[in-house]
Amino acid sequence: MDLAIEVTGLRKTYDKTEALRGIDLSVRTGSVLGLLGPNGAGKTTAVRALATLLVPDGGQAKVAGFDVVAQPREVRRRIGLAGQNAAVDELLTGRENLVLLGRLLHLGGAGARRRAQELLERFDLVAAGDRPVGTYSGGMRRRLDLASCLVGHPQVLFLDEPTTGLDPASRQSLWNTVRGLVADGMTVLLTTQYLEEADYLADQIVVIAAGQVIADGTPDELKRKVGQEWLEVAVALPDRVAAAVAVLAPLAVDEPSTDPVKGLVKLQLRDGMDGIAAAAVALRDAGVDVADFALRRPTLDDVFFNLVGRQPQG
Amino acid sequence: MTTLDIPPSAAPPLASVTEVLAIAGRRLRRLRRNPGRLVGITLNPLITMVALGYLFSSAIQIPGSTNYIEFIFAGVVMQGALAAVGPTAIAVALDVQGGLVDRFRSLPISRSAVLIGHVIADLLISMIGLVVVVAFGLLFGWRPHNGVLPTLAGFGLVVVFTFTVLWVGVLLGMAMSNLETIESVGGLVAVVFSFLSTGFLSVDKLPGWIQPIAQWNPVSSVISACRDLWGNGAPTGTGFPAENPSLVILVSLGLLFLVTSVLSVRRYRNA
Repeated sequence: MDLAIEVTGLRKTYDKTEALRGIDLSVRTGSVLGLLGPNGAGKTTAVRALATLLVPDGGQAKVAGFDVVAQPREVRRRIGLAGQNAAVDELLTGRENLVLLGRLLHLGGAGARRRAQELLERFDLVAAGDRPVGTYSGGMRRRLDLASCLVGHPQVLFLDEPTTGLDPASRQSLWNTVRGLVADGMTVLLTTQYLEEADYLADQIVVIAAGQVIADGTPDELKRKVGQEWLEVAVALPDRVAAAVAVLAPLAVDEPSTDPVKGLVKLQLRDGMDGIAAAAVALRDAGVDVADFALRRPTLDDVFFNLVGRQPQG
Repeated sequence: MTTLDIPPSAAPPLASVTEVLAIAGRRLRRLRRNPGRLVGITLNPLITMVALGYLFSSAIQIPGSTNYIEFIFAGVVMQGALAAVGPTAIAVALDVQGGLVDRFRSLPISRSAVLIGHVIADLLISMIGLVVVVAFGLLFGWRPHNGVLPTLAGFGLVVVFTFTVLWVGVLLGMAMSNLETIESVGGLVAVVFSFLSTGFLSVDKLPGWIQPIAQWNPVSSVISACRDLWGNGAPTGTGFPAENPSLVILVSLGLLFLVTSVLSVRRYRNA
């Protein structure tokens, strides 16, 4: 298997805090890994170690085939990093920011200008290209930040919470951009607190907490780990919950759980599609009016709850 | 990996000129959009020049010097150089905080290029400030008396001094994160090092306990060397620093540059 990122036993301690306690990751070339975890889980530390910004205390990490400690320069030639803040110069225009990076990467004056123009076009920033970045909206800054990562044609992209603070439309547009990059063969490691984001973008998800990997798999695998789909019934009148439970219980694997305030009954059905039909018939026969009747699947939020045992912070 | 299309290359040992110029160019572009930066470093010495040289000049008597403006001019110029320490530190600290340093560090560029670029840009900015200060000095009656070459040599020394103290600013910016603290420390550097020197009073006019500080303050040595080169009064005072100004300048500025630049680059590597 062709791996763009290979990490084994990565460890990092700050003063006395163990930020990473032996993390293993592997990311196939051309795929997206979502690194998920609550605040302080070690996501950013992991990204910084992989982007050669800090030297890990232990373990091994290879990015684009090169060891991050032994050959950091080779790694740097093949990566792009977008940190939590959009790392762009506010007083410069978008174009000037991109040209600066092109010059730093030795593309030459003309080469840097050409590359800047390409990226402005690709990221829909041509109209704003000659305005100072200070006048940009949050979404535009993020796009410019992402464009800045790409000046040197990297193979591996690190995105640390790329959509934090963006409105839904900007988030969606950034997601589409990332998908476009991946379609072109880019490998992406992204950290996020938004489970929806990982679900949408990531081929593989690694959940870390307190510096350790506590789960990994595809989004579907993780959801399956948490449990099967369940039937959720909302009764029209909350005082009918007991009646609903009475007729539904025989169809369920376990005792149905209820939320009397919202008038909800949740149960895992014993036999799939037949169970759904049986449940509907049973409710009708018992004369329970139903406001909502739906088969639900676990979301990544449920995964998170289940694994970390507390509300994910965002 | 199948996508390895870039041949490995050896890391260049020193900052590449291209990289330094790119960073310095960026700072100068910023200056064009935000020229307030120039006001700070020119206003500080100008205020001193006006306050001391114009308002107090009749009240202050310097032995062996008839023209107080000529006596203080070298000190005023050094104060201008020192006034650039704070702004440089802030420029560097802002790059650290804004994440730009992280981005630069993730690029395959030399570890010192960014900091050297900052210093080069700030040196140029300080030179613009110097031109303004000199113009006002000439207006207020300062004159060099020793001909073109010594005069230029004196300004050469100012450039070297500025270059060195700018590295102090870079180190401050890399080491401290609180912008307000940096601003206070920068202001303190400009005031303390220039006033606790022989820049504005002769040694014997200073309070007794300050005299050794002023004498050994390397800024004093630089000031008296400039005065000497510009013919603004012979170096006064006794003691080792006064008698060996070149040695004191060479050793102190050399050490300062070495320590601050090495520590700054080390901090940058491990930021």
